[in-house]
Amino acid sequence: MGSTSAHGENSTDGLGRRDLIKRSAALGLITVPTMSFLSACASGAEEAPKGGAPKGAVTKENPFGVAKGGKLDVVVFKGGFGDDYAKAWEAAFDKKWGTTSSHLGTQEITAKLQPRFNAGNPPDVVDDSGAQQIKLDVLAKGGQLADLTAVLDAPSLDDPTKKVRDTLVEGAYEQGLQGGKFVVLKYVYAVFGFWYSGKLFKEKGWTPPKTWDEFLAVCTKAKEAGIGGLAHQGKFPYYINVVIMDLIAKKGGLDAMKAIDNLEPNAFEGNPAALAAVEAVYEVVEKGLLLPGTNGLTHTESQTAWNQYKAAFIPSGSWLENEQLKQTPEDFDMKFLPMPLLPDSKLPFEAVRAGVDEPFIVPEKAANKAAGMEFLRSMLSREWSTIFAQQANSLTVVKDGVDPAVKLRPGTQSAVEALKAAGSNTFSYRYPDWYSEMDTEIQNASNELMAQRIQPKEWIKRAQAAVDKAAKDPNAKNNKRS
Amino acid sequence: MSHAAQGRGKAGFITGFLIAPIALYLTFVIWPYVQTFGYSFTNWSGQSPVFDFVGLDNYAALLEDEVFRGALWHNLLLLVFVPVITILLALFFAFMVNAGGRSGAGGVQGVSGSRLYKVVYFFPQVLSLAILAVLFGAIYRSDEGGLLNGFLIKTGLVDPQHPIEWLNEPNFVLWCLLFVVVWHGVGFYLVLFSAAMQSVPKDIYEAALLDGAGRAQTFFKVTLPLLWDSVQTSAVYLGIAAMDMFVLVSTMTSGQFGGGPDHHSEVMATVLMRNFLYFGKSGYACAMGVVMLVLTMILSVITLRATRRERIEF
Repeated sequence: MGSTSAHGENSTDGLGRRDLIKRSAALGLITVPTMSFLSACASGAEEAPKGGAPKGAVTKENPFGVAKGGKLDVVVFKGGFGDDYAKAWEAAFDKKWGTTSSHLGTQEITAKLQPRFNAGNPPDVVDDSGAQQIKLDVLAKGGQLADLTAVLDAPSLDDPTKKVRDTLVEGAYEQGLQGGKFVVLKYVYAVFGFWYSGKLFKEKGWTPPKTWDEFLAVCTKAKEAGIGGLAHQGKFPYYINVVIMDLIAKKGGLDAMKAIDNLEPNAFEGNPAALAAVEAVYEVVEKGLLLPGTNGLTHTESQTAWNQYKAAFIPSGSWLENEQLKQTPEDFDMKFLPMPLLPDSKLPFEAVRAGVDEPFIVPEKAANKAAGMEFLRSMLSREWSTIFAQQANSLTVVKDGVDPAVKLRPGTQSAVEALKAAGSNTFSYRYPDWYSEMDTEIQNASNELMAQRIQPKEWIKRAQAAVDKAAKDPNAKNNKRS
Repeated sequence: MSHAAQGRGKAGFITGFLIAPIALYLTFVIWPYVQTFGYSFTNWSGQSPVFDFVGLDNYAALLEDEVFRGALWHNLLLLVFVPVITILLALFFAFMVNAGGRSGAGGVQGVSGSRLYKVVYFFPQVLSLAILAVLFGAIYRSDEGGLLNGFLIKTGLVDPQHPIEWLNEPNFVLWCLLFVVVWHGVGFYLVLFSAAMQSVPKDIYEAALLDGAGRAQTFFKVTLPLLWDSVQTSAVYLGIAAMDMFVLVSTMTSGQFGGGPDHHSEVMATVLMRNFLYFGKSGYACAMGVVMLVLTMILSVITLRATRRERIEF
């Protein structure tokens, strides 16, 4: 010890090495845990929006006045869909407009873009998606999103006599609204419900259930056959919420769904459809029909267990097939099932939650906003939509937007058929985009419900409390749907 | 030159070398802190340069925030248990490895195979936190595929229909995480304490042995007092780990940035992060950051005061 300190001869005013270490360690105790977050607080200096971007002439073919030979900055989420489709788009765009585009495909949208939004130099087009997306309600509140109404009113590239807005599937417009303004283009069209293996059902002689009682019966048979009935992605209660919320919408009708999105004081509390839906899901837990341990599994773990025939059903959106491409056995025959009905449901069995997803935005302060808007208009052409379907094996919001020559996989094919059967009976919730905090709180309650730590009545109470809290948000009065 | 002037000259000499680091420190640590104080009085959303001044509203809301209070409590629990358990285990192993063996003709030595143990104990320290999260994710996995559950089910201790959902059990989750931190840390502090023990002259041990001291007596009367400086430094470092915990909690537990189930593993950093990035309440999150700063400052002063002892020279 003596050898490590200078204290022996000079103990009053020398700086012993160990003292130095101790003091810097003490400083470290203060700084380390907080530093990494707090330094993120430091926003750049406020900059006036640059008005210097070159502008081209506005014509019928060039409704936003894109300047030839400008620059285009595209950032896309590189997740389940990859980013090859975006590269193909950019190449097509550069060819047509003579632009030089820069491309970034990343999972870390927030980390890469938050500083740029704060400094006032965001990209021109962003696919703001994935687990680390920048929340859209947050961006909208900050005035960071360009109004995309002009894109909707521009002529379609496929048929100049039509406006772009008339070429989109139902819901694409409504779900792009934030505070009453169309600022988000959700590009992918997905259906939500249960999924099962056609092969497993054929082998066991089960028929796909249409009512909740039949659903429970199949789960019971599965349990007798030594496998789980329902698997769910327990670590992410988002998925089990799909089941609960879809049951509410189908039993209580669209009014029950709108009551939740509009934050009514009786959205959950005193709504018999809500209680029936939660009790129905809870019955699965109580009867022991869950895949054992599924409450703690991630989406990959639970979906893979389901792919290994360890459970009969799993809830998810139609991205499931693409996501599980590598884990799915060749002859699995993935099939989609609309949410089975509770007794006295207001919507028919065929009704499905069909949602648009994968939000593309043009930042309000983009350097080349005109090119960003033109890029979005091009995405809504049949040519680009087909590129997406080929590269990402998914449907887009463009009505009839895929060349029929493109062959689809069984799961996607069954989703397309379900959509056709549903016709105009599609629905979708808005609250997850409008109120992140409320969504999180309801998910927490569902997690507790599935672990049998709370009862359905308590779930209703907590969900209503989350709704009431969100209703106090001053922004809530702009988010109304009818 | 007088003794004092010599000291001053030395201090000035050292400061000269420190100008560049101090400038960096001011720019990248102190200045963000100052900014954070400013932001904590606003309703900044984190995604826009526009915000309003809201006075002490954020701090008032923080007092009411049960989630944050729960997180604070968890941090305090970890702050007590992480350093205590890690240091005790590390001291015990270090003692056994260095001086715990039977005294042979060669005097004081470690238990047989001590060189091997030192290497093995150090293994966990080479793993990054991300790898730890994956590794222990597989160990704690909630179905029969998990290492723990697989073992318990095979031995018939757990019903295969009801495996233990380790990280989804409100009563277990924090302790499961604590175990990971301790497992990760013990090896490093074992090596640290070993080095310190080896600098203790062997003759002190031999004298203790000659006086008839057993292992326990040798440890408490000789080893521990001579190692006190190292122990104190370790406590501060482990305190840092306990106040942070962000990486493990956010990757291993459920919820946006972790903290689940139902906030039972929440720590201050995860609550802060969720409010900062996910709920768009960055001003509020900055207020949390300020509270964290004040708390850690108080705690570090207490730690250094409470462990202050007279130095033993040898």
